[in-house]
Amino acid sequence: MENSNKRYWKGIEELTNEPSFVKNIHNEFGNMPTENDSKGESLVDGSATHRRDFLKMLGFGVAAVSLAACESPVKNTIPYLNKPEDVEPTIANWYASTYSDGGEYASILVKTREGRPIKIEGNKSSSVSKGVLSGRAHASVLSLYDNEKLKGPQVGGKSADWAQLDKEFTAKLAAAAAKGGQIRIVSNSILSPTTKKVIAEFTAKYPTTQHVVYDANPAYGLTQAHGGILPNIDFSQAKTIVSIGADFLGSWIAPAEFAAQWAVTRKVGSAKDGKKTMSRHFQFESILSNTGANADYRSTYKPSQEGLVALSLYNAVAKLSGTASISGATIKLDHLEKAAKDLVASKGASIIVSGSNDPEVQKIIAATNSLVGAYGTTINIGLAVHYRQGNDMAMANFIKEASAGSIAAVIFYNANPVYNHPMGAALAAALPKIGLSLATNDRADETASLCQFIAPDSHYLESWNDAEPKAGFYSLTQPTISTIFKTRQAQSSFLAWAGLASDFASYLESNWEKNILKGGAVAWKNALHDGVFEPNAVNVSAATPSVDVAASAAAINKSYSATSTNLEIAVYEKVGLGTGSQANNPWLQEFPEPVSKACWDNYAAISQPTATKLKLAQGDLVEVSAKGYKVTLPVLVQPGQAQDTIAIAIGYGRTKAGKSADGVGVNAYPFISEINGACVGINTQGVTITPTGETKDIAQTQTHHTVMARQAVVQETVLGSFVKDPLSGRYNPQVSTAEGKKDATDITLWNGHKYNNHAWGMVIDLNTCTGCSACVISCSAENNVPVVGRQEVINRREMHWMRIDRYYSSDAEVEDLKGLEIASDNPEVVFQPMLCQHCNNAPCETVCPVLATTHSSEGLNQMTYNRCIGTRYCANNCPYKVRRFNWFRYFQTDDFDFHFNNDLGRMVINPDVTVRSRGVMEKCSMCVQRIQAGKLEAKKEKRRPVDGEIQMACAQSCPTNAITFGDMNDPSSEISKLLEVEKEGRAYHVIEEINVKPNVSYLMKVRNKDSKKEA
Amino acid sequence: MSHVVSPIREKLVTGGKSYHDVTHDICKQVEGEPTKEWKWAFGISCIIFAYGAYCLFYTWWQGIGVWGLNKTVGWAWDITNFVWWVGIGHAGTLISAVLLLFRQKWRTSINRSAEAMTIFAVLCAASFILAHMGRPWLAHWALPLPNTFGSLWVNFNSPLVWDVFAISTYLSVSLLFWYMGLVPDLATIRDRATTKASKFWYGLFSLGWTGSAKTWARYEYMSLILAGISTPLVLSVHTIVSMDFATSVIPGWHTTIFPPYFVAGAIFSGFAMVQTLLLITRVVFKLEDYITIEHIEMMNIVITITGSIVGIAYLTEFFIAWYSGVEYESYAFINRATGPYWWAYWMMMTCNVISPQLFWAKSIRTNLMVSFFLSIVVNVGMWFERFVIIVTSLHRDYIPSSWAMFSPTRYDIGDYIFSFGLFFTLFFLFAKFLPVVNMAEVKAVMKGVSTNYPAKKAKASTKTDE
Repeated sequence: MENSNKRYWKGIEELTNEPSFVKNIHNEFGNMPTENDSKGESLVDGSATHRRDFLKMLGFGVAAVSLAACESPVKNTIPYLNKPEDVEPTIANWYASTYSDGGEYASILVKTREGRPIKIEGNKSSSVSKGVLSGRAHASVLSLYDNEKLKGPQVGGKSADWAQLDKEFTAKLAAAAAKGGQIRIVSNSILSPTTKKVIAEFTAKYPTTQHVVYDANPAYGLTQAHGGILPNIDFSQAKTIVSIGADFLGSWIAPAEFAAQWAVTRKVGSAKDGKKTMSRHFQFESILSNTGANADYRSTYKPSQEGLVALSLYNAVAKLSGTASISGATIKLDHLEKAAKDLVASKGASIIVSGSNDPEVQKIIAATNSLVGAYGTTINIGLAVHYRQGNDMAMANFIKEASAGSIAAVIFYNANPVYNHPMGAALAAALPKIGLSLATNDRADETASLCQFIAPDSHYLESWNDAEPKAGFYSLTQPTISTIFKTRQAQSSFLAWAGLASDFASYLESNWEKNILKGGAVAWKNALHDGVFEPNAVNVSAATPSVDVAASAAAINKSYSATSTNLEIAVYEKVGLGTGSQANNPWLQEFPEPVSKACWDNYAAISQPTATKLKLAQGDLVEVSAKGYKVTLPVLVQPGQAQDTIAIAIGYGRTKAGKSADGVGVNAYPFISEINGACVGINTQGVTITPTGETKDIAQTQTHHTVMARQAVVQETVLGSFVKDPLSGRYNPQVSTAEGKKDATDITLWNGHKYNNHAWGMVIDLNTCTGCSACVISCSAENNVPVVGRQEVINRREMHWMRIDRYYSSDAEVEDLKGLEIASDNPEVVFQPMLCQHCNNAPCETVCPVLATTHSSEGLNQMTYNRCIGTRYCANNCPYKVRRFNWFRYFQTDDFDFHFNNDLGRMVINPDVTVRSRGVMEKCSMCVQRIQAGKLEAKKEKRRPVDGEIQMACAQSCPTNAITFGDMNDPSSEISKLLEVEKEGRAYHVIEEINVKPNVSYLMKVRNKDSKKEA
Repeated sequence: MSHVVSPIREKLVTGGKSYHDVTHDICKQVEGEPTKEWKWAFGISCIIFAYGAYCLFYTWWQGIGVWGLNKTVGWAWDITNFVWWVGIGHAGTLISAVLLLFRQKWRTSINRSAEAMTIFAVLCAASFILAHMGRPWLAHWALPLPNTFGSLWVNFNSPLVWDVFAISTYLSVSLLFWYMGLVPDLATIRDRATTKASKFWYGLFSLGWTGSAKTWARYEYMSLILAGISTPLVLSVHTIVSMDFATSVIPGWHTTIFPPYFVAGAIFSGFAMVQTLLLITRVVFKLEDYITIEHIEMMNIVITITGSIVGIAYLTEFFIAWYSGVEYESYAFINRATGPYWWAYWMMMTCNVISPQLFWAKSIRTNLMVSFFLSIVVNVGMWFERFVIIVTSLHRDYIPSSWAMFSPTRYDIGDYIFSFGLFFTLFFLFAKFLPVVNMAEVKAVMKGVSTNYPAKKAKASTKTDE
């Protein structure tokens, strides 16, 4: 404009240079009206927004929003500012500790990574638990990370702090004590001597205190028959084992320990000089228990006959050993006479156990044991076992007192009797009558929620403790993580309420140094390092308990009936969930029960003939009632169960345990009857079952129950034939060729693999696998196997890498394919652990389009999750069907609310194992992370890995050592030696004839029967 | 381009059509306003497509856990649908290529729509390849693409990789063949076009076709060459699809009879699908003179022959299962016929083996309604064949503990519906915007052109048509 000679003016205002125009000259559009003019200001920031600013802001906004959307969520890994001395990232620390839960015991090693406990293994230094532990102990690490536990103390249902709780509670307690009010501490069996000492301190402060001990699944009868103690039982010494309803391999007292002992007697060898003897195991029971499934001879009785079965056995044994028999109705039971004969024949190496909690029945059993010389050999009353200390009479008395209103204060020390005692409802009604109530339970469960105070105990992995499982055998519990929530271990609470220093750690140490170790800090450190302290040799006593046989027989004759035709209930404990104390543990909820293969529920199990008689089918919802208590649950048809008997498991029907447990199944505790002063898990009077007309699916991981006479899958023989010819019962498929018959595996198109370094392999002994499934939990914990929940199990999508196949025998002929689908009424059972067979000619490897599953140079069939595109071809082509597909994203998804979707629950994840995303295939990796770690360790020390140094999680956790893992290239390894012997004996590959050449071999099952035909 | 045709042969085009009539009859669908029937049909297809697309989207979003599959049955409706659609896609190539080589002139009026159907069916099949993957966003990993992972390559041993090659080759060749055949007809439409848009678009896709003798000669050569390339594909595609099963170890899958059996089944179902579509098209578009009873009958004969081959294959499988003495294979077949999925097996047997035998009667094979009904029955049967092969083999294989049942969810069904929506939407778009009958080739087979060519029409139409 300046250079222009002419001046153009745009309007009269410019020409006249009015002041108002000059003021706005920089505005291109002058004083154009804007929308905001009328109001004078913008709605947003109070200043007028210009049109161009709007565009600017819009542009900025769009850019900012889209940039923000592009950013992926950031997860920070925060390095240690001050690194704890013992914590090396990626290096695991192991601590010796003790697992105990209501009388369950295991000395354990806890694996921690970066300060988080992630895995429990057995501590072999313990001569009590010998490194074996149950599935529940394995699963207990997940309970540590249960987000639904109480996060701090509660007073009157509201969160409080510890000082307030202590102040209010002790004030009320002192007031109650001052008035001479009765105080009770109610707990389950306590293994800890120091805890008992703490309770004694508390009692000293409040002298009206009495400690009432009960057990959810008690052994009161057994202790009553042995003068108040539980005798030590050793099945490993037995040649003849008779069990009358004791599920000692699954749920009775200390199943993992018993299974290990039992397995010792069940090992056989195919070599010429191999062990060719086995114990003979008779089982008489009402339900088909895990133990019954492993027995050589088995027959059933109705619950109402239980006492008389014991009596009949006594009489049969008495007759053979020349003792006077006692009067009573006799029960004709298959194999009972034979059992008596064998018991007497193997006198001194015989044992009879009974699962009944009726003291009178146990007395008869004790008398029978005396007759067969069990005391001093298989049973030792010189060694008191502390697993069950419950006193049913005392507990019943407590509930009566509470109902009468004569109790002033009660402390429930990690006990939940409202749920797990048959008189729980009565107690719940009586609780308001108790002036002061407190629970130390970890959550506001059925009992704690009714108490005025909750002083949540810490998880055992956060606590100091000790245990004396058997007299003179000690072990220590040490914290492996600081308390996650504001919990305080109950012992500290008791000390605080007793007015002492609440530091239980030093209390424990000083008690040990003074009374147990009788040594100083060094001894303490050593004991803490080892986890166990076993100063004394076992005291063996050949003493027998004195039993008034006639009196007991009379009592039994009164309580039992030989000819009852009533419908009856048998209450039993499941192998997985147990008494329900850890019911909110998704691993345990998804644990397939060894025999029924059902999870996420309890059910009314009835036999097929009974179902036919009652016109019921699997899945029908029925109402079962007895004693005025009613439950509605689905029917499960269970072969091998006594007729007219409904079996219902305890441990379910929790209402206040948490999301995974609440509403799963029904509570069966109220069905338990009081017989001869004890809680006996049978109900024989007035039981009714009514169909509701509705149905409910039961989540079973196996729905086809027979092996369809497929010898290539399960191979078995009887001991008699095996002794004559170790190859008897072996199935050797052959193919006819022009040159005559050949082994099916001799004809091949495959080139094979060369393993120059290691050749990992596994041998599974079907003879000692009890089906207990501890390996399933151990595997899930080690390998971050997700829990999928009830509906997805019904959809047949459970993710377990290790499964235990359970087959019932069938009465049908081999040609009768339809008949073979139906199990016998009293079937023989076989358990077969099934996992990736790591085939050398792997069908999965050839079909993967993207090479996501390949063969390693050490014989592993390995899965590359990152590469998998999820065609599932490999799973279809897997003859063993061991591949598992991630149908959904199981972690971080609200639909799968099983501790895997929150930060706390995910602390249990093993950082060495990839968490698999949606859409990829997964399967057993032979714990490749352990193999690599073991090799690395050996390499650092410039040596080869030593046999046994590397263990798969399943092999390590097998209580019976049924699984042998190792390097088949190492001639000195256990697996090589085993295969050397069994190659021409019991070892076989499942469906060998398709020539996939698995690296997993099975050892044929041998039953100790006289002939194959016997049922 | 006319070949010499014996005067005693039946006419392939009836109704005394002239070249002009042919052009007019075929082009009027393309040039005119969409008919009411078309709008309805297209509208319904779109609705089905939209519902299916929702189901498919949900499947992709949540994961294929929304289907009814499980740890034992890893494939069910997904691969059943895939094989079914690929099978349907066989007729197009067979009609265009094999019948061209065998000089079966009757094919000319149906090859265009058969080829279109092939392409759409293969697209539907491809949608299931993608949908069935756990991680479909990584589908390209199944291609041997250079990558940054070093020497990471696809597994050339895997039949799924062969599938990828087979299907993509088949799709490319079919597409090329179809498009090449379209060029002269597109040029005809271009020449008749009255609007700018159609002139532009048809002009663009007709690739500057001039209709000179040289172009026609090249067209013929190309047809022959592509027919030569396609003919082995007719056999290879379903052979390779069958190898997905045949090379496995699963009893009921591991069968050497599969390649011929699958090819026969594919032609069987493909012809049935062509039959279904043509019977509708000829009525809707009034093409009765081009797609005559003779065509229908010919197709029915092919259906009967291939159906019988399939039937023999079923019986052979059974015989071999017994004769081989393999416990698992025997069981697999007994289980098919008498196990929990017996109904699927007998559905398959009835639809595929028994129903086509009805065509032995001339009255039945020339009856339009019966032909239409049976053409659908055949495809129902063929769907069940694949279901039976896949699901009944998987659900009870070697280890009885893993035996399981499969039942579909609404997303199994919804994703199947998606493929129908896709297929029909594409087919109706094709029917509206492209000539459904190959005008150029039909004109070539109209016999006695000079003898019965009406004189008055000749003058008017020769200029524009040729």
